[in-house]
Amino acid sequence: MKKLTQETLKQLADEKRADANHQALPKYVLVCGGTGCHANTGKEIYDELQKEVEKQGAAGKVKVIMTGCFGFCEQGPIVKVLPHEAFYVHVKVSDAAEIIREDIVGGRVIERLLYKEPGQAVAGKIDDMKFYKKQRRVVLRNCGFIAPEDIAEYIGRDGYAAIAKVIATMKPDDVIEEMKKSGLRGRGGAGFPTWMKWNFCKMQIADQKYMVCNADEGDPGAYMDRSTIEGDPHAVLEGLMIAGFAIGANKGFIYIRAEYPLAIERLEIAMQQAREYGVLGDDILGTGFNFDIEIRLGAGAFVCGEETALLASIEGERGMPRPRPPFPAIKGLWGKPTCVNNVESLASIPYILLNGGEEFAKVGTEKSKGTKVFALTGKIANSGLVEVPMGTTLREIIFDIGGGCKHGKKFKAVQTGGPSGGVLTEAHLDTPIDYDNLIAVGSMMGSGGMIVMDEDDCIVDIVRFYLDFSVDESCGKCAPCRIGGRKLLNILNKIAEGKGEDADVEQIKTIADAMRKASLCALGQTTPNPALSIIRYFNDELLVHIRDKKCPAGKCKKLLSFAIDKTKCIGCGLCAKKCPAGCIAPSSEPPAEGKKRSPYVISASDCLKCGECFSACKFKAVVKG
Amino acid sequence: MSENLLPLPGDLVAFITEWKPKPGNLVMVLHRVQETYGYIPHEVVVEVSRLLEIPLAKIYGVVTFYHFFSLKKPGKHKIAVCMGTACYLKGGQALLDEIASILQCRAGEVSEDGKFSVDSVRCIGCCGLAPVLTIDGKVYGDLTPAKIAGLIAPFQNES
Repeated sequence: MKKLTQETLKQLADEKRADANHQALPKYVLVCGGTGCHANTGKEIYDELQKEVEKQGAAGKVKVIMTGCFGFCEQGPIVKVLPHEAFYVHVKVSDAAEIIREDIVGGRVIERLLYKEPGQAVAGKIDDMKFYKKQRRVVLRNCGFIAPEDIAEYIGRDGYAAIAKVIATMKPDDVIEEMKKSGLRGRGGAGFPTWMKWNFCKMQIADQKYMVCNADEGDPGAYMDRSTIEGDPHAVLEGLMIAGFAIGANKGFIYIRAEYPLAIERLEIAMQQAREYGVLGDDILGTGFNFDIEIRLGAGAFVCGEETALLASIEGERGMPRPRPPFPAIKGLWGKPTCVNNVESLASIPYILLNGGEEFAKVGTEKSKGTKVFALTGKIANSGLVEVPMGTTLREIIFDIGGGCKHGKKFKAVQTGGPSGGVLTEAHLDTPIDYDNLIAVGSMMGSGGMIVMDEDDCIVDIVRFYLDFSVDESCGKCAPCRIGGRKLLNILNKIAEGKGEDADVEQIKTIADAMRKASLCALGQTTPNPALSIIRYFNDELLVHIRDKKCPAGKCKKLLSFAIDKTKCIGCGLCAKKCPAGCIAPSSEPPAEGKKRSPYVISASDCLKCGECFSACKFKAVVKG
Repeated sequence: MSENLLPLPGDLVAFITEWKPKPGNLVMVLHRVQETYGYIPHEVVVEVSRLLEIPLAKIYGVVTFYHFFSLKKPGKHKIAVCMGTACYLKGGQALLDEIASILQCRAGEVSEDGKFSVDSVRCIGCCGLAPVLTIDGKVYGDLTPAKIAGLIAPFQNES
C-alpha cells in the first residue's frame, strides 16, 4: 500500500464513497458485531451468510458486512438488509441460508424474522421504529453501518478528511476556536468544556506533550465507549490526532480496559491500517505532521477513570489519584503537559471539524450542545445503546425509545451516572437531560449509564450495591473516601438487616458532607450520591425499612418473613422438600373442605428466608411479607 | 510447587526486553505474564524484577492494586459471573449462589479438583443479555439459576 497524500486521500474517498454508503451493489447485508450480538452467535451468523453467498451464487450482487453495534441489543442478534431496510431480529445461524435464498436471491422479505412494534402486525421502516425515531446519530454515525475492520469504508464516509482539512488549512488556534463554537463538553461525565482543556494544554511550552484517550469505562452497566470503539475505531484515532494537532502533541496513548478484548483488537487493526495508509505515524498525508498512538491496558481499577490516577497507571504505577493542581495540562504524564479526553468526546471531533462547530451546536440545550450516547439497561423493555440530542427528557428515553419497563411492571426509578450518580424518580421524568439539570436534581450525567428499576427493586438494596462497589474500588489513599465509604455501607447494611435507627439518616448526611468536601478525587466526592438521593426521593421507603423493619419490594432478606396461606395450600409438600433448613412440616390441623391433606406450616424461628419455598409452590400458597 | 516455570519462555523474555526501555512498562509486562500463565506466579515475578530492575516490593504493590491481576492459579475452566448493575438487578447474585452450591466454590475461589475457578466480575458490556456469565471467555446470557447445572455439566464431565 502506497501511503496516501492529501490528494490521493480525496481520490480514494470518491472511489469508495458508493460502496461505503452501501450503494455500489444491489444489496448489502449488515450483521451486528457489537458485543452483545457478537457473544450471541453474531460471528457464526456472519460466517454462515458469507458461505451461503458463495454457495448460492450471489457473489458480486451482495456484500455481507460485520458492523459495530446497531444499538437495539434487546432484539439481538440482528441482521439488516439494505437498501430495502429489512430488519431481521433474533436471527439464528440456521436462518442464514433462508436470508440469502429468499431475500437476496429471491427478492422476498422474510416476514417471520422482521421486527414488528409491540401490538403491530406489519413491520415499518427502520427510521420510523419507536426505538430509533427520536435518536440522532452523530457519535455513532458509522457505528452499525460500516465495517470497523476496513479503513476504506471509513475513508469512503469522509474518514480522515477532517484531519486532512485541519493540517492543510487550520492553525491550532483555529481548531480550538471551532471547538469553542461547538460547545462540546467532556463526555466522561464532568462536562468540562473540551476547548478550554485543549487551550490550557496548548499554552504550555514544553519539549514533549501527550494526548490521552480515556477508554477505561468502569461504570457498571455502561458500554457506550466500548461500542463506539468496536463500531468506529478510526473516528477515535482521528479525534485523538486532531486533538494532538491542536495542543501540540505528537504522541497519543489510548488507555483501555483489558476486559474489552474485542475493542482492543479492533483498535489494533485500525492503527495498523492507518499506518499502512499513511494517516498515522510520521509525515501524515505527506504534510510533515507526525502523530503516533500507543495502546496501554488498564487492569480493572475503577478509580483509573479519574485522570490523574489514569496517568499514574500508564506510568506503570498503582493507579492512585494525586491532588490537583498541578493539573495534567501543566504536569501530566512523566511531568509533561497532557490532555485527557474521553472516547465519546474524541469520536465527536472529526464530525465537528468537518461540518463546523456551529452545525454541531445546532442540537442540544443552551449549555449542553450536541448529542449524548446512553446505555439503557436494567428492567427496561428495549435495552440497548441510544444516542439522543441533549435536552431529550428521561421520559422520552425510557418510555418512547426504551418502551417502558419489561413485562408491564411499574416504573420506579432510574439511575444515571452509575455509582457516582443519583437515583431519580417518576417526578423527574420530564427533566430535559443536560449536565446542569441532572446535577440540579442530585444526580449527574456520568459517562452515560442509565439503569431502569421497576417496582420489584428495593432502593436500599440498590444503594448497598453501589456503595459496595465504590468501597471496593476506593484506592485507599485518602481517609474520607476509605473510611467514609465503609461507614456508609455499614449503615446501609444495618438498615437492610432491620437494625436501623432514626439517627442513621442524619449520620449518612454528616458522613456524606465530609466525603464531598474532603475526598481527594471525584470517586470519594461522589460515593455518597446514591445514598443521599434516596434520602431525598425515597425517604418513605427508607423509613419503612428503619421503623417498620419491612422491605416493601421483598429484596432485603433479613426483613422478610414467609408464611403459608392455609386456604391455598393443598398439602403437596413440595415446599418442605425444597426447604434447606427443614423447617416446613404438615400442620396438625385437619384438611380443609375439599382438600385431601393438611396444610403445611413454616417454623419462623428456623427459617433461613432463602425463598426456595416461595419459588417452589405452584399454588401461590407461600406468601412473602 | 511441582511445576517448573523457569526459565521464562523465549517470547516472554523478548517481550520484556522490548518493553524495558519504555517508561511505564510494568503494567504491560504483568499483563503479558498473566496471559502466559493464567496468573502471576511468584517465581516469574522474581525474574521480572531482575530483568526490569524494578524492586520486588514495588511489583507486588502494583499487582495487588489491580483487580485484573491474580496471584492464585486459576482452575482449568474460568467462570466469571457478571455483577454489573444490570446483571445484579436481574439476578446475578442468584447465579453465583447456584454455582456455589453446585461446585462448592464461591466467588474468588478455585474448586477442590482444580477444574473451575469462579469469579464475580464488573460489567462485561453485554447488558442486553443480562444476567450473563462467561465460561472461558464465552458469554452465556439470559440465564436463570435453573439453567446453571446444565450449562456447567459438560465441563464437569470431561475427563
